[in-house]
Amino acid sequence: MRRSFIGRLLVLAVAAAMTLPAAAATQLTGAGSTFDYPFFSKAFYTYSQKNPNVTVNYQSIGSGGGIQQFTAKTVDFGATDVPMNPQELARAAQPVLQIPVTLGGAAIAYNLPGVTQQLRLTRQTVADIFLGTITKWNDPGIVKTNAGVNLPNMPIVVVHRSDGSGTSYIFTDFLSHVSAQWKARVGTGKSVSWPAPSAVGAKGNEGVAGQIRSTPGAIGYVELAYVIENNMSNALLQNRAGRWVAITPETVAAAAASKPEVSATNFSIVDAPGENSWPISGYSWIVVWKKPSDSVRGRLVHDVLAWLVGPEGQANAKSVDYVPLPPNVQATALATLRQMQL
Amino acid sequence: MENAQPGGAPQFRRVARFVSPTDRGFAAIVYAGSALFALLILGLFIELLLGSWPSIAKFGPAFIWHSAWNPIANQFGALPMIYGTVVTSLIAIILAAFIGILAAVYLADFAPRWLAAPLSFLIELLAAVPSVVYGLWGLFVLAPFVRTSIGPALQSVLGWTPLFSGPIYGVGLLTGGLILALMIVPTVTAISRDVVAAIPRDLREASMALGSTKWETAMRVVLPAARVGVFGACVLALGRALGETIAVTMVIGNRPEISASLFAPSYTLASVIANEFTEATTDIYISALIQLGLILFFVSVVVNALARVMIWSVRGSERTL
Repeated sequence: MRRSFIGRLLVLAVAAAMTLPAAAATQLTGAGSTFDYPFFSKAFYTYSQKNPNVTVNYQSIGSGGGIQQFTAKTVDFGATDVPMNPQELARAAQPVLQIPVTLGGAAIAYNLPGVTQQLRLTRQTVADIFLGTITKWNDPGIVKTNAGVNLPNMPIVVVHRSDGSGTSYIFTDFLSHVSAQWKARVGTGKSVSWPAPSAVGAKGNEGVAGQIRSTPGAIGYVELAYVIENNMSNALLQNRAGRWVAITPETVAAAAASKPEVSATNFSIVDAPGENSWPISGYSWIVVWKKPSDSVRGRLVHDVLAWLVGPEGQANAKSVDYVPLPPNVQATALATLRQMQL
Repeated sequence: MENAQPGGAPQFRRVARFVSPTDRGFAAIVYAGSALFALLILGLFIELLLGSWPSIAKFGPAFIWHSAWNPIANQFGALPMIYGTVVTSLIAIILAAFIGILAAVYLADFAPRWLAAPLSFLIELLAAVPSVVYGLWGLFVLAPFVRTSIGPALQSVLGWTPLFSGPIYGVGLLTGGLILALMIVPTVTAISRDVVAAIPRDLREASMALGSTKWETAMRVVLPAARVGVFGACVLALGRALGETIAVTMVIGNRPEISASLFAPSYTLASVIANEFTEATTDIYISALIQLGLILFFVSVVVNALARVMIWSVRGSERTL
């Protein structure tokens, strides 16, 4: 009795395993950056509506995991907030193409009870706050650019991401560009040793946002989409051109457009020139094999990605508050993708 | 049974020695079941050791007492995380043991039946709440409460001790300990209540007959008799506290630093792994994170072993249940 029941179950399972993939469309798999996930899920959904023969299964396991899975060839493409470095490329052994796929920016969000005006901060002031050399909100460095704002004599609490993240990478890259002291003492990375004595780490954008909201006097950096959706107080920054800019999809795109020749070895767009450039911006990347071992799947991957970095795919970015690639960067991405040998 | 003959003990013993194939099969399954656990632990240990080998080879034993954690400079030291893990768990177990045992005594001996059952159910329900929910509650409710109320109150009374000095951020060792205490109180209470309830009525009646009050009976007779079981409950709870990840990560402040103040942000072994593993790309970085896992494994083993030794010593010196 029991044996025949288990036997029947087995037969069912085998039958299901055999019929399901045959019935469904070809499933491409990707893994990596959690930052890309909302944009990808929207875009890939749109793509399979139009192309029912392909679905894309994207697992947001983090950039590091994405690179590992890609190198081990368990996924068709990887996604990472920071391009693969020479060491990682060496481990991959075969040539890899790295394509910019979307843009991100970090806002400087804060919690100052009683202050209704939008704060203005210079790049140096931001660096000093995160270095811990400015510790009070009524510090002359902050007062100087905020005439007429009644800044309280309140200690500053610096909030940062505790989980390794591309947003932290972009932000520390920005600080390294604008402060020699930061570059020497801390450096650029997804996880760094935060020097401010008041530094508190919180997990994820929602953690940092929550921490800032519940702590008067807190300041931190939060991903653009999160700030827009949650309507958080965020500071105007003075960019390299000397202009005061607010973070918007347009100012982040302006920073990207100032450097159309972006590549995996020269990718930093923080502190970009240009009147409207938001200084804390950066790309996210997709990595694919230059010569895929399975040329049929390779062709499908190429088609999906060419659509994704082109105008149609990028049009999906806005609805989830992501920043579409400017046209000149789309052209760069497509040119790189054309190098695939199929 | 066909071997059974009318008569004396020798035959009976031979019958007892006969093992039926079913029994043998059952024994094999039972052995296999327990062997599986031993293999799992062993496999886990070997896997952790292999994974952390590059880090062990590079940093040596200094990994355990170095306190710098700087992935960019490839400096890794586990001391602040070991400190944070142990201190939060200690705060948690002290509070949870105190509250949990009192609640257990109340539920088993004092509460009227119509109240005891729903109360027990509610406490057990607390154990089923996912830890991320505790974490969110901790971040949005408990941490601000610590910053505005508990912290300043403690500081005004005990601020002269280094334990309660310095700025209060809301997140930190104390908040981490409090959230852990809340999470492990159900474990302590539920198991302790069962242990206390299992103490024979005779003991209580004898104590009452000698003129003890209810309070004296509970504190001097019932609890001492139940101490081994209650202790076991605390050890189980402590195990959960040591390894708890998400809830603590959300309220501890995630700063790899050792500070005397309980208000200061800190870090635990499990939190670092949860925070940094997904984005760790260099080999030595991943290896250092795995070594934190190995250390956590050791801390748990040592704590459990210590508790075991304490139970044995208590058992040896006193007659208990």
